Amino acid sequence: MRKRIVFTLSVLLTLTIALSGCSGRKAGDSSRIVVGIPQDLEDSLDPHKAAAAGTREVLFNVFEGLLKPDVNGDLIPAVAKEYTVSDDGLTYSFILRDGIKFHDGNPVTAQDVKYSIEKSAGMTGDASLIAAFSNIDKVNAVSDSQVDIVLKERDVDFPAYLASVSAAIIPMANATPDTTPIGTGPYKYVSRSPQENVIMERFDDYWGEKANIKDVEFKIEVGDAMIMDLKGGSVDMSARLSVTQVKQLGDEFDILEGSMNLVQALYLNNKVKPFDDVRVRQALCYATDTQEILDLAFDGHGAPIGSSVFPAFGKYFIPELADKYPRDVNKAKELLKEAGYADGFDMTITVPSNYIPHVDTAQVLVEQLKEAGIRATINQVEWNTWLSDVYAGRSYESTVIGVDASSMTAEALLGRFYSKADNNFANYSNAEYDRLYEESRITFDDARRTELYKDMEMILADDAANVYIQDMAEFVALNKKFEGYEFYPLYVLDIAKLKVKE
Amino acid sequence: MKYIGRKALIMLVTVLIVTMLVFLAFRVIPGDPVLNMLGTSATPEKVEQLREQMGLNRPLPVRYIEWLRDFFFGDMGKSYTYGIPVRSMLADKVPITITLTLLAFVFVVAISIPLGIFTAKHEDKWYSKAIDVLNQITMSIPSFFVGMLLTYLFGLILKWFKPGGFVNYKVSPVGFILYLIYPAIAIALPKAAMTVKLLKSSVLKEGKLDYVRTAYSRGNSTDEVLYKHVFKNALIPVITFLGMTLADMVAGSIIVEQVFSIPGLGRLLITSISTRDYPVAQSIIAIIACLVIMINFLVDVLYKMVDPRIR
Repeated sequence: MRKRIVFTLSVLLTLTIALSGCSGRKAGDSSRIVVGIPQDLEDSLDPHKAAAAGTREVLFNVFEGLLKPDVNGDLIPAVAKEYTVSDDGLTYSFILRDGIKFHDGNPVTAQDVKYSIEKSAGMTGDASLIAAFSNIDKVNAVSDSQVDIVLKERDVDFPAYLASVSAAIIPMANATPDTTPIGTGPYKYVSRSPQENVIMERFDDYWGEKANIKDVEFKIEVGDAMIMDLKGGSVDMSARLSVTQVKQLGDEFDILEGSMNLVQALYLNNKVKPFDDVRVRQALCYATDTQEILDLAFDGHGAPIGSSVFPAFGKYFIPELADKYPRDVNKAKELLKEAGYADGFDMTITVPSNYIPHVDTAQVLVEQLKEAGIRATINQVEWNTWLSDVYAGRSYESTVIGVDASSMTAEALLGRFYSKADNNFANYSNAEYDRLYEESRITFDDARRTELYKDMEMILADDAANVYIQDMAEFVALNKKFEGYEFYPLYVLDIAKLKVKE
Repeated sequence: MKYIGRKALIMLVTVLIVTMLVFLAFRVIPGDPVLNMLGTSATPEKVEQLREQMGLNRPLPVRYIEWLRDFFFGDMGKSYTYGIPVRSMLADKVPITITLTLLAFVFVVAISIPLGIFTAKHEDKWYSKAIDVLNQITMSIPSFFVGMLLTYLFGLILKWFKPGGFVNYKVSPVGFILYLIYPAIAIALPKAAMTVKLLKSSVLKEGKLDYVRTAYSRGNSTDEVLYKHVFKNALIPVITFLGMTLADMVAGSIIVEQVFSIPGLGRLLITSISTRDYPVAQSIIAIIACLVIMINFLVDVLYKMVDPRIR
């Protein structure tokens, strides 16, 4: 018996040694890329239900709306080849692209589009991720190649919402969109293994410019193991790395710097004492030194901002606002005195502990505020707790977080400070701001709208609604075997443009 | 038989208590699966709708009993996060964690038994003392740190394996085992060190007993005495310890899985807790608890077989 075991073991060992040369990726098989992502697609593979930015950026490769954003954030036709708007601005007529197919080989029909838009808009049951879609009155499949979307009220931003993954066109015949995603994008979904990976393959019948790399594996890797994987060669690319992480990487990588496209700020609960006093909020702004935060916590990278719009928004962004509150500790103290807090006050900064950059920022803030006599303490909480207590429950004093834009519209960023907005977690309320916002919703002249948005930005800055800090720098590490990564002004990870270096 | 029956009953009660605790624990910790799913796009209506859909509005005892019933029949529910049956999710992961644990256990036994006897036999030699010191050091380093050292040394410097280059057993069983060797060593080393120490002192203690002197006086050689008499008796405490070690390693492998980025039960457990994916977390904890309890049960039975004095 014992001899038998020894024999089996030795056979196994020999086999192991003999076969070990065969495992691993073969050299030259470079039409495959492993992209490290810091979290699994945990919400849903159904594009109409995927809420997390981390999920949408991956699904961007699989799904397309009637329109889609290009690298500049401009809208380009996708499933629709063109569209027209009626004179009253209420009816959008989309002409479908000829011969466009889903990943399962079936053609995209007007019925599929009608189904998708209705599903995405929450007209068939599930709640919609796009609040502005409540404005859709009806969707009509006019002919085999034309779909009309009729709105209740005019909305100039409407096409921008259609370009979101949340408004993707999916086949009506697919009964399980949650687990078997089928879209029209440059990559098709192959399989997934929870907490391990998501596998995609190039869609060879794609209507547009086809992807270069055939196989893509999105590998889920947590924390510093990502750096280990990059160094060891089991991950070829990873986005959203921090300065510290990037510094640990060697020469085999191209490091690309972009921006995260979010508004990082010390968000204040404007309803809670003492933050209900504009002088206190301004004092906080004067006590803060943005450049020092960037230098200490971000190694000097990042773009300072002074209101709730980040630089990628081009015409809406007002760069001067970043200098509105230069560091002035004496002024801060004066303002506090006026507000009746001559001896300063105690405050709590609630930070989600899994976001190290926000935690670091909070730590620098605490030191800066101390000089103005404000005694801040950090309360690190789990992400889930943050969502329930701070974001949904609004029971907090202040928090450091980054807020992104779900679509390329200024409304996506500024709408949340409308006093009646569901997602107004800062509890901000300003009658003038509300008036401007309401006006912007019914203004269709682009110049006037831009003006309104800028005025709203100014109010947020004047009012010191929050202590605005920066749009954080983002680093992408790409193995030198590949090239072609492009940054979008949205939260997107476009794999189709990557290619193997010649 | 009565003994086994009693132990089995205790085993069942333990499983019940553990699952109940797990169920309650999720009520006590803050956080909400619905909010987690909706993230920053949560609105009160959406939250309410989803809560209704997932059946989270029903009373806790009802949900517990239903879950327990389904679990008993092998239905672990559907993951909130992935929308697929938990059973099919775990079916892929359980073999990974079990293989890792068993491999580590093989290493523990393979290292500690020969080394334990060797050091006991050559107690006074300098190399035996050196092994003792080395042992002491190994024992005091936690396995996740050993894992990091191994990754650095064998992964990044010597490049014997690719950090994070885990190969699924479905793709290549050989590559799978080869990758697991390093994490298994990381788990095994501290435990093996403890076992060596225990076995050594156990052998030495037995060696001082009367029956050993009798055996010698009958003209047996040192080796004969050692292997025929002392070893067998010295092994009894070691078996108990190995049993506990195996149970401990099931849980310990979860941490080492993180270090080596092995997609076993560990990562799934950690993420399912932080995303409040109750069905997954509950099932994993219940499975691990059952494994640990079962191992303890087997050790009890084995123990009785080795030493019939135990009742």
